[in-house]
Amino acid sequence: MANLRTLAERISEEESFGSGHSMCRGCGVPIVVRTVLASIRTPVVVVNATGCLEVASTRYPVTAWSVPWLHVAFENSAAVASGVESAYMALRRKGAIHHDVTFVVFAGDGGTYDIGLQALSGALERGHRFLYVCYDNEGYMNTGIQRSGATPRAASTTTTPVGSESVGKSESRKDLTEIVLAHHIPYVAQAAISHVQDLSDKVERATKNQSASFLNVLSACPPGWGFEAQDSITMIQRAVNSGFWPLLEVIDGHWRLTSHPEPRQSVTEWFRSQKRFAHLFADHDVDLLDSLEEKTETEWRRLLALEERDREWFLSPAGQAWGLTG
Amino acid sequence: MMAWFTESAEDLRRFRVLTGGQAVAEALRQIDPDVFPVYPITPQTPIIEAFAQIVADGKSHAHILTVESEHSAMSAAVGAALAGARTMTATASQGLAYMIEIVYLAASLRAPIVMAVGNRTLSGPINIHGDHSDGMLARDTGAIQIYVKNAQEAYDWMIMGTRIAEHPDVLLPVLMGLDGFTLTHSAEPVEIEEDGLVKEFVGSYEYPYALLAGTAGTYGAFAMPEHYFEIKRQQIEALDRGGVVAQRIVEDFAERTGRAYDLVEGYRMEDAERAMVIMGSQSGTVEEAVDSLRARHQKVGLVTVRMFRPFPRQMLARLLAPVQAVAVFDRSSTPGSFPPLYQEIRASVNGPRIDSIIYGLGGRDLTIDNVIQVFDRLGQSAQDSNAIFYAGSDSRTKEG
Ligand SMILES: Cc1ncc(C[n+]2csc(CCOP(=O)(O)OP(=O)(O)O)c2C)c(N)n1
Ligand code: SF4
Ligand SMILES: [Mg+2]
Repeated sequence: MANLRTLAERISEEESFGSGHSMCRGCGVPIVVRTVLASIRTPVVVVNATGCLEVASTRYPVTAWSVPWLHVAFENSAAVASGVESAYMALRRKGAIHHDVTFVVFAGDGGTYDIGLQALSGALERGHRFLYVCYDNEGYMNTGIQRSGATPRAASTTTTPVGSESVGKSESRKDLTEIVLAHHIPYVAQAAISHVQDLSDKVERATKNQSASFLNVLSACPPGWGFEAQDSITMIQRAVNSGFWPLLEVIDGHWRLTSHPEPRQSVTEWFRSQKRFAHLFADHDVDLLDSLEEKTETEWRRLLALEERDREWFLSPAGQAWGLTG
Repeated sequence: MMAWFTESAEDLRRFRVLTGGQAVAEALRQIDPDVFPVYPITPQTPIIEAFAQIVADGKSHAHILTVESEHSAMSAAVGAALAGARTMTATASQGLAYMIEIVYLAASLRAPIVMAVGNRTLSGPINIHGDHSDGMLARDTGAIQIYVKNAQEAYDWMIMGTRIAEHPDVLLPVLMGLDGFTLTHSAEPVEIEEDGLVKEFVGSYEYPYALLAGTAGTYGAFAMPEHYFEIKRQQIEALDRGGVVAQRIVEDFAERTGRAYDLVEGYRMEDAERAMVIMGSQSGTVEEAVDSLRARHQKVGLVTVRMFRPFPRQMLARLLAPVQAVAVFDRSSTPGSFPPLYQEIRASVNGPRIDSIIYGLGGRDLTIDNVIQVFDRLGQSAQDSNAIFYAGSDSRTKEG
């Protein structure tokens, strides 16, 4: 596993995703991209869905990418990657290609939880050998901060604004990780930009297997969530440490948490630090915040139980074969 | 009388009785694409079923990628073609409609995907039968479009279409339309070329700067107004070059196979005073009507448009300018205005009276009587009628 120093060296030497992009100050997405690419040692082909990353990194005629990169549309990156990977398999069988290539998809939560879910599901069912990375900033940021299926309940967005008849988004976010798990692919994980080493280790494990793998990475969006750019990392740390965004991995159906915040911090405090939830505090919406804490606690206990259930497997040769450290 | 009855025994061996769908599959076997992403829809299914069997029997190396939707089929096709694999697919109707967003991108990203379209109407009401509504929905995607008359042409144009799509001056998708059921499901004798001839004709797939070749950069960048216009123009000009390239390729094909095609075909047009213009399988019906009127010494002719994109404007102008009256048969509609082929002919041809005829929507047959009626009406006056006629539906409208 590459340590942070090695990752930093690779990022500055290789510049797979270099300077010259126009993502906002404090945006978490470049951290996702650089960590993922620096953790992969074969040549890569990147497929990118429409969204902030694509728009802000490839304004013709300049590009921030020095690796082969393809963007086709918003909802189809898993399908495009299926085609690229199938081409690779076909050409390799014919003897026209000999080298290893890792295929990586980067798509936002909108392009993954919502409009791209069908293409993702199809690709996972077919088991294409690629790493699908959802950078989850909990909303359609590129189009001006609209709600997505990943937006938390009560968040104010431009399509779920707060008003006399509205306390922000009225639905809870969907559990995409569970949806992906229902496809029984070998490797599924949640990661976050605050835990770069953890993210990198997960990429290494994910790309070891010969099937589809999936990473859901919580990113930070200062303008979308309403906080100062220099606070991005602490913002995501809080999401992780409160249990709102558990770092976990599920390998061949076996669960474990890769971070055990002790003691778990309050979700309310994480909410309090973002303007998109400010109305909850102005109106003292205690019920909603209480139910949120309760839900997080229930979910956390469920995860601990799963981890307990699978502890033996991670110590077994089958588990150890995945190169687990902790 | 069909020419194949008179061929020598040697030549006859190359004839097989195939449906249009099977003929396309046979072309696919010989072309042997690397990737074939596909999703089933009537009446495209005979193509993909026959090809799946060919692959199952080890007679093609193609990787059939059975995706979960047509949107994903076209998306995967774009990825595969740009990755460096020869890529083909097939669809129809709602499937093509579902793909449309990505067909535009295939053209813009210069992905030379060859796609057979079993032309079928668009819902609603839902109906599985043939017309050209689906192809017309793809009219402005930037893809090359061919409409064929019979199974032989479907086979031949898959092969020629591959060369056209992949030509370095073109690099665009080719949509090869064959009428649903009338062609996809009806069997007729088709002359099949030697495998070696087809393979040599299409050559190997060489995509410049393929994603997997290690030389690729950024594909599908975001273009602001200061660049979008020029990029779009390059794409439009590539489509125009497609017409020039196609002309050379049909000539090469004729030399090697003896089957000579025109992008626009005139039938008994030498001294014609009245002419019909049509695309697709119903061209044969009009041909019969022309023959029967010619037998009565009426100077009538037929023009069949094979290549719809790029539209062969000059060829049509040359064929139709000397004529007094023209009727354009469209198998699709443009509600609120004149249908697509009519608009093209109007924009390309000066001089004759030009009538618009819509026929065969949702799979209704065009009869010889329908066509003769149209010829009769054309003969009555040199004045533009400026109306749309519905061949085969007028009487019902009256009854209803
Ligand atoms: C079919 C289609 N619908 C809508 C859009 C407009 N659109 C572009 S990006 C985007 C939101 C992207 O959200 P997400 O995937 O979360 O990425 P982010 O912008 O947050 O990086 C939308 C709605 C589009 N490009 N294509
Ligand atoms: S809007 Fe948010 S996600 Fe988009 S570039 Fe800015 S910080 Fe990043
Ligand atoms: Mg987003």
